[in-house]
Amino acid sequence: MSTLAYDGSAMLGRQLLRIRNNPALVILTQTMPITMLLFFGYVFGSALAMPGAEYRSFLVPGLLVATAANGIMTGMFQAAQDVHRGVTDRLRTLPVSRAAVPLGQAVADLVATAAGTVPFLLVGLAVGWRVEGSAFAAIGAVALLLLFRFACTWVGIHLGLLSRSEEAAGQLGSATFMLPLLSNAYIPTDNLPGWLRTLAEWNPISAVTTALRDLFGNAPVPEGAAWPVAHPVAGSLAWCAVLLAVFAPLAVRAYAHPRA
Amino acid sequence: MTTTYAVLSEGLEKRFGEVHALRGLDLAVPEGTVCGLLGPNGAGKTTAVRLLTTLLRPDAGSARIAGHDLVREAAAVRRVIGVTGQYATVDGDLTGRQNLRLFARLHRVRGPAERADELLDRFGLTEAADRPASTWSGGMRRRLDLAASLIRRPDVLFLDEPTTGLDPAGRGAIWDAVRELKQDGTTVLLTTQYLEEADQLADDIALVDRGRVAQTGSPRHLKALIGSYAEVVVADAGLLARAAGVLDRLTGGEPTFDHARRAVGAVSRDTTLTLPRLVRELDAAGVPLLDARIEPPTLDEVFLRLTDDKEIAA
Repeated sequence: MSTLAYDGSAMLGRQLLRIRNNPALVILTQTMPITMLLFFGYVFGSALAMPGAEYRSFLVPGLLVATAANGIMTGMFQAAQDVHRGVTDRLRTLPVSRAAVPLGQAVADLVATAAGTVPFLLVGLAVGWRVEGSAFAAIGAVALLLLFRFACTWVGIHLGLLSRSEEAAGQLGSATFMLPLLSNAYIPTDNLPGWLRTLAEWNPISAVTTALRDLFGNAPVPEGAAWPVAHPVAGSLAWCAVLLAVFAPLAVRAYAHPRA
Repeated sequence: MTTTYAVLSEGLEKRFGEVHALRGLDLAVPEGTVCGLLGPNGAGKTTAVRLLTTLLRPDAGSARIAGHDLVREAAAVRRVIGVTGQYATVDGDLTGRQNLRLFARLHRVRGPAERADELLDRFGLTEAADRPASTWSGGMRRRLDLAASLIRRPDVLFLDEPTTGLDPAGRGAIWDAVRELKQDGTTVLLTTQYLEEADQLADDIALVDRGRVAQTGSPRHLKALIGSYAEVVVADAGLLARAAGVLDRLTGGEPTFDHARRAVGAVSRDTTLTLPRLVRELDAAGVPLLDARIEPPTLDEVFLRLTDDKEIAA
């Protein structure tokens, strides 16, 4: 275990150095959700039945979770890049704990995500979003958000390790942008046709978004929703547990035993 | 005295779906020697290195690296090997120094920063050390790869096509490094498509063809296997037949004619045939010569003959 901690921290150090060496890329990724908040908040916000300020409060948790789901994409990009540029193979030939490399990547991603959440929430405050519940619940919301990010990153790492090329990973990764569209991240699901509503509410993004809205006190839990949305905190924890239980072992296995 | 083998493999097999990449690879590399795995693209050289460096698990067969079982003691194998290849490389987003420090830390080297500086200095990379590796030239990248493989002074160093794509200066720098390592007692297993490279560096060559070792031996031994090539150019075309008779008697090989150049040559199975003797014998037979030469075969010829001509390889 101490081996894992030591190797994992060395790998975490590597990822943080990469960020330090290439800050432009990080700044670009972090400003993306802020831009979306301003666009969606003011453009969509003026077309919806909901008043603009109320929509922006509704949107902030949704964008936080949609951005967290991008962990699939970034995890996949990074893992695919390392595989296809030969870094993964060099690490595999070193006496390094098999779980340390993917773990280091996932933890580094978590650190970057946590740091990126701060400016986003500041802009959120500027456009009218507020913590309307208890501080304790708000801390819980942030913890849940990071847990979801962590789980998504492992999904991405697994897919990236299996990718055929950097380009293939890039294309598949970009497709994950679609995931929040079929959820309640940007719009309420109450008015969707029955089957589409069910589908959207079984999207993990919906459960986590609802949990954040509930914990921040931004919007109540919708009536008559599917189980993960009706019980958003339990639903979110269950989704994260399932994703981690499935994809973390798969990713470690894919790292330890490449197919070619 | 018994020989200790740094790399010893028996019947290694690997399939990728329909492709049978290795069909029973047997290798024995004595400690402290340089072994060249030589073969065309697709022969299985890279698969062999990927198996021997624990990157892939064999479907059948076994191997020991510095005494450790490849599969059951993979972690121990990883502690004593260094790997540099087209696929095992450094992180281009980190600087050279950051890369070497990272690998030194992962190798549990005491004083990773000092070790990194030492290697940067040894490979003439100090000046570029703080620029991202992705901005380095190909030759410098390859030297950095090699430095990263030497962090913990490996017992066995695997180099997969270490000079592919390098200019002559870059190639020379890698060759010098390999020779130095050998002097320090490191066992080196390198794959190459360049016959000259194997000839220059390797104590022993293993010719790999279709997933198997077709032939092993020193470069000199492999050349002797197909003999040298003797050729004479006569002054008078009318004497070609007489010259061919002499060549036939001396070499035991089938003479071939190049009438335009008034030349006749034959492959000599007799490796003791010398140029003075060849000239004397032809002189005695009354054949005035314009030119004569005896050439050892190039490894290219050896390779083509030994992998395609099963009669000779057998």
